[in-house]
Amino acid sequence: MAKLTYIKAITDGLDQVLGDDPKTLIFGEDVGKNGGVFRTTVGLQDKYGEDRVFDTPLAESGILGMSIGLAWTGWRPIPEIQFMGFTFEAVDSIAGQMARNRFRFSGKRAMPVTIRTPFGGGTHTAEMHSDNLENFFTGVPGLRVVTPSNPYDAKGLVISAVENNDPVLFMENLKLYRSMKDEVPEGHYTVPLDSAKVVREGTDVTVVAYSAEVNEALKVADKLEKENISVEVIDLRSLSPIDTDTIFASVKKTHKVVVVQEAQRMAGVGAVVASDIAENVILSLDAPIGRVAAPDTIYPWAQAENDWIPNADDIEAKVRDLVNY
Amino acid sequence: MAATKKEATAVDFDKIKSTMSDPYKTPLQIVDENAKIVNQKLFDNFSDDQLVDFMKKMVWERALHEQTMNFSRQGRLGFYAPTEGEEASEMGSISAMSSNDYLFPAYRDLPQLIQHGASVKQGFLWSKGNAVGNDYGDTRAWMPQIIIGAQYVETAGAALGIKKNGDKDTVAFTYTGDGGTSQGDFYEGMNFASSFQAPALFFVQNNGWAISVPRKTQTGAETLAQKAVAMGIPSIQVDGMDILAVYQATKEARDYVTAGNGPVMLETLTYRYGAHSSAGDDPSRYRTKEEEQPWFDRDPLIRLRKILTDKKLWSQEQEDKLVEEYKDSFKQEMKDAEATPKQTVTEMLKTTFEVPTPNIKKQIAEFEAKESK
Repeated sequence: MAKLTYIKAITDGLDQVLGDDPKTLIFGEDVGKNGGVFRTTVGLQDKYGEDRVFDTPLAESGILGMSIGLAWTGWRPIPEIQFMGFTFEAVDSIAGQMARNRFRFSGKRAMPVTIRTPFGGGTHTAEMHSDNLENFFTGVPGLRVVTPSNPYDAKGLVISAVENNDPVLFMENLKLYRSMKDEVPEGHYTVPLDSAKVVREGTDVTVVAYSAEVNEALKVADKLEKENISVEVIDLRSLSPIDTDTIFASVKKTHKVVVVQEAQRMAGVGAVVASDIAENVILSLDAPIGRVAAPDTIYPWAQAENDWIPNADDIEAKVRDLVNY
Repeated sequence: MAATKKEATAVDFDKIKSTMSDPYKTPLQIVDENAKIVNQKLFDNFSDDQLVDFMKKMVWERALHEQTMNFSRQGRLGFYAPTEGEEASEMGSISAMSSNDYLFPAYRDLPQLIQHGASVKQGFLWSKGNAVGNDYGDTRAWMPQIIIGAQYVETAGAALGIKKNGDKDTVAFTYTGDGGTSQGDFYEGMNFASSFQAPALFFVQNNGWAISVPRKTQTGAETLAQKAVAMGIPSIQVDGMDILAVYQATKEARDYVTAGNGPVMLETLTYRYGAHSSAGDDPSRYRTKEEEQPWFDRDPLIRLRKILTDKKLWSQEQEDKLVEEYKDSFKQEMKDAEATPKQTVTEMLKTTFEVPTPNIKKQIAEFEAKESK
């Protein structure tokens, strides 16, 4: 098994689906000859041709609106929106159109579109390039939102997303692209679209996180283990829907939970997780639900972003609060 | 102070501005508002049968409009966008299309949607708010678009899909109104289709009004057709009250598009006789009788009726009988629509995803219990 970076694992997954299904198409800004501004699609145009992997005019609503017409005519589009902040230009194509279409046709027409888009902070980008917009899109019925935290899940999830017959928003964490390597199997395998994963077992406190924050949580678990505090870490992987069964089982075991997100606290994924826990397993808790999230400002300017993004220290402090409760 | 020397200038912006709409000075017309044939050669393209067919379709659309307004007043329908006045534009264009073609209608395009293969009952169900009506089977039609402009980007995608599939004699086509030409998606859709040289046909039915906002507020451009030029798309303006002109222009445009020449845009000059929708809009708040009357005089049915009557191909008696037949059929379609059960929340939950997600599965169980009582 080869060790691949997160970004190479995604490229590998895309290569797999392009090879498996001749109706799959990759398109967007700079994805063709240039292989994407991060090189996620590098080599794919050479391998599959300009008919399958191609550049579009620079217009996000056009890219995603076009995906709808392509899907209707029998294609399986995998459009890229270059940065998640640019989806602001295409909210109607996603939420007003794509996500509603199966429902509109009383279930009779499918909309197999996988929107890939990079997001997440910590790489000192220009404005609008790092925004965590999952708080928006997890509020859209008919749309799945998934985000991997590691190379293995990245490949398996992107394959599942493309093979699914409903629209999936596939969020790729910018900071993780080249900062971690992992064993990634060759060939075809899938990671289910609506299941969380216990990435580290523990008995004292559960930390629920996703994307880059999973790695922060794992750091905390490593550190606290030396003090005999056993932290269980759950990677949500799917932000919509949320796999509550996995979370509830863990909470029933540890009786304490911290919910972590890089996005702003307001109307967040973490709030949904916390309310699901409170509604269903509150009697299993012996401390209040802890939340770690970014402050409710606009995504910060680059110089101060690391002061803003919740990190391992913030998670550790909250875990200690609960342990000492 | 030194005398100001007059500087030499390089650009005559006034001239550029005043000539931009030059290619669009004379909208295509075959029969004028006095039923005078103004282009005999083109008129001779049409057989008597075709002329009668056009008349029947316009009578059908007007009857559908009248009956629909009746149903609306009786509280038997939901949202409906009146079509009266736009029969030539709608029936002329749809008559030149093939059932191979992929249609993206907007909400005022129910008549074309039905001509393309949906049933009247399905149109009524859409208006009443029942998505069962949007199951068009193999008919290549999308459901009426509500978000103005979105249909343009979707059409570009379908056109590219057609091109990639290698489907011959097939185009994607769509409609919007004058207001729709102000949307970003209008430009993005046409520009994408042009960039990919995809077989798309874009209709702008310029009926003068976007609810209460007049055409001149939408843009400083003198015509809407000229907007296509910026996207590298050929376009023409057509008298949208002359069904022969609309058909002729559409047919030629479709031939051009299917020959692999990339997209075409057509602007039809027409008029919305009535309100924006059946729900509360009152045109007397924003437009005058003096503006309306000349458009009523240009009515597309009047001019073709006169041509056909002169040729002894049509009579008022025949028309009255047809209207009665059509309206009877619409009443039956309405009965069928009313006999269709409303959707259950359980069904809606089941049609949100192909395979219900865990949260939706729980809600299905909850609503199944509730709705089986």
